[in-house]
Amino acid sequence: MPKFVLNGEEIEFKPGQTIIEAARDYGITIPHFCWHPSLSVSGNCRVCLVEVEKMPKLVIACSTLAAEGMVVHTESERTIEARNAVMEFLLINHPLDCPICDEAGECKLQDYAYQHGVGESRFIEEKVHKDKRVLLGPYVMFDAERCISCSRCIRFCEEIAKDPELTFVQRGDRVTIVTYPGEQMDNPYSLNTTDICPVGALTNRDFRFKARVWEMSATKSICTGCSRGCNIEIWVRNNEILRLTPRYNPDVNGYWMCDHGRIDTFKFVNADDRVDGPHVRREGKLVKAGWDEAYSAAVSELKSFAKDEIAFLGSPHATCEDNFMLAKFARSVIGSKKIGFMRKEDASFGDDILRKNDVTPNTLGTEIIFDSYLKPTLNFNGILEAINNGKIKALFVMEEDLAANNSEIENILTKLDLLIICAVNFNKTTALADVVFPAAAYAEKNGTMVNFDGIIQRLKPAVATLELDRALDGMAMSRLDKFGTHYDRWAQGKKRDARSSWKIIAALASVMGQKMKYDMAEKVFEEMAASIDVFKGLDYDKIGESGTKIKFEPAAASK
Amino acid sequence: MPVRRRQKDLNFWEKIYIPEIAKGLALTFKTMFKPKFTMEYPEEKFIPPPSYRGRPVLVQEENGEERCVACGLCSRVCPALAIEVQAGETDREKERYPERFEINMLRCIFCGFCEEVCPEEAIVMSKDYELAFTNREDAIYGKDELLVPVKNLNERINFLRQYK
Repeated sequence: MPKFVLNGEEIEFKPGQTIIEAARDYGITIPHFCWHPSLSVSGNCRVCLVEVEKMPKLVIACSTLAAEGMVVHTESERTIEARNAVMEFLLINHPLDCPICDEAGECKLQDYAYQHGVGESRFIEEKVHKDKRVLLGPYVMFDAERCISCSRCIRFCEEIAKDPELTFVQRGDRVTIVTYPGEQMDNPYSLNTTDICPVGALTNRDFRFKARVWEMSATKSICTGCSRGCNIEIWVRNNEILRLTPRYNPDVNGYWMCDHGRIDTFKFVNADDRVDGPHVRREGKLVKAGWDEAYSAAVSELKSFAKDEIAFLGSPHATCEDNFMLAKFARSVIGSKKIGFMRKEDASFGDDILRKNDVTPNTLGTEIIFDSYLKPTLNFNGILEAINNGKIKALFVMEEDLAANNSEIENILTKLDLLIICAVNFNKTTALADVVFPAAAYAEKNGTMVNFDGIIQRLKPAVATLELDRALDGMAMSRLDKFGTHYDRWAQGKKRDARSSWKIIAALASVMGQKMKYDMAEKVFEEMAASIDVFKGLDYDKIGESGTKIKFEPAAASK
Repeated sequence: MPVRRRQKDLNFWEKIYIPEIAKGLALTFKTMFKPKFTMEYPEEKFIPPPSYRGRPVLVQEENGEERCVACGLCSRVCPALAIEVQAGETDREKERYPERFEINMLRCIFCGFCEEVCPEEAIVMSKDYELAFTNREDAIYGKDELLVPVKNLNERINFLRQYK
């Protein structure tokens, strides 16, 4: 490989790489605003200026190709001087908004101003005033004064979202960003621009002013909005999820995630209609009960049915561990092979970028587990039909709202003699249930999911429950989490009485007389890996933070 | 075993203590006629100088609005984690305001860091030192207790401008 000298050290680069890319691969970050690894080069911010020997002037590292024998200095006196000058220019018209700006704390301009600012402005004239509250689209708010015209958002809409909506207008210090006439910034990926905006010019309306970034903890997990499984970080303060942001994974989502995943997939975790503690139906009403009480109620009811009369429904919203436990419970405790799950396809959801028509996150994982572990005799539709015929009288449903928007299924479910549910929120299906167990939501448990492409990825708990302690269970902790006591109002976030479905099912099995002892999701995964070929040789460490491809060829590459 | 002996034995006058008692009483009587430094506290109140750091309060502008923009720096800098701020959105010129601002006076150590870090001169240390509670909940001061009209705080604000 060709080599060039960077700050006195000889480093290798791939032909065609720019200086900034080669330096980044080597571990040196050259300051930059407008450059982004997956967007085209614009070269307008000028902060990545570096000194190349034998070149008359400084060059921008983001668009200068590295060449054999080049000698580059990123920290020389001339470079630093130029960088300071660029920062001074950028700060001339940038308002001193940091106290009211949401970007504060994760702002590139703020960071570089600390490193390269003189602390005082020589500019005594009035700063240029522009519109401060422009709604660009349903989710994005634009503050024109803060904008440093890096054009990242414009290039994002054109190149990644494939929907050019934004453009510069005017010139000089009057330059600003607008949407094209008659257009709104409403592409389904619009909120990514708030992440890549190096300043606080674009902000997320859903998160605006909710919290300071340094008050939250961030947990690496995956999005459950569709079968893509975008890698995300879950940001939590006071045990409440406040925002989701994408996390880089070149094999799954790159740097991005869609607005649906970002906005619509966490609010149900914070919602008031969460099932809090087990509920048992008494005299026609669901009432709160203790765990042991609910377990024994469920078991004594289940025991009154023959094994042919009992069916199980897993869920592609649940983790592999949950579905595996359900399959194991069906096979070895009940002896039933009637197990299925409800598929959800939304033909209007998918696109060629990230979104998939299959809107459940773990469809492939659930399918693999049920098919290879149990070889079901009845699938989802077969089970519904058998309930309708009266052949199946008891149904165990895990984390699925069957009756949502479907009165036909609702009618069929009323024919059941026994309906046991593990549910995250109260819904139409739990209204028909005899026993409701509170299931932990995706942000409250460890587990794995398999995306449409056969990449198995880990979910990690970000929200504490009654049985999952933030400190003791090694969850991400913010400063407030570390020092809060139960007398502090800011540390009294609601902890729900919910457990992972696999734990509930394992406890039910134990009450039925078949001991299933697993102390953590990892142990369930271990057994699953031992008993299902596709998962052979995998463990949580191997899956790691960015997932692993399983040895499985998806039968039909569905969109 | 070594025995520690008194370095110097007391003489007769010293042993009877009477001259020492007389000296002590003389001082007492002398002090009785000097100006006094103590106050008869609840009846008579101590009014501290502007450099005094009493309980932190929020500055309320003349139009009744708070100066605070809920940036959260006081909350971040507070070494005792006494301050909680929840920001909200408003239509005012400064688009951010504290929806909730609480100081737990049981946690507060009156260090004045919040005042020092505030970019808006919105939280200042007052002269108020009379703080008593009968339970933990009462010790958490919300915006009702914290907001003080700016005219009552001018002395401190001028002090800060001069010396901060």
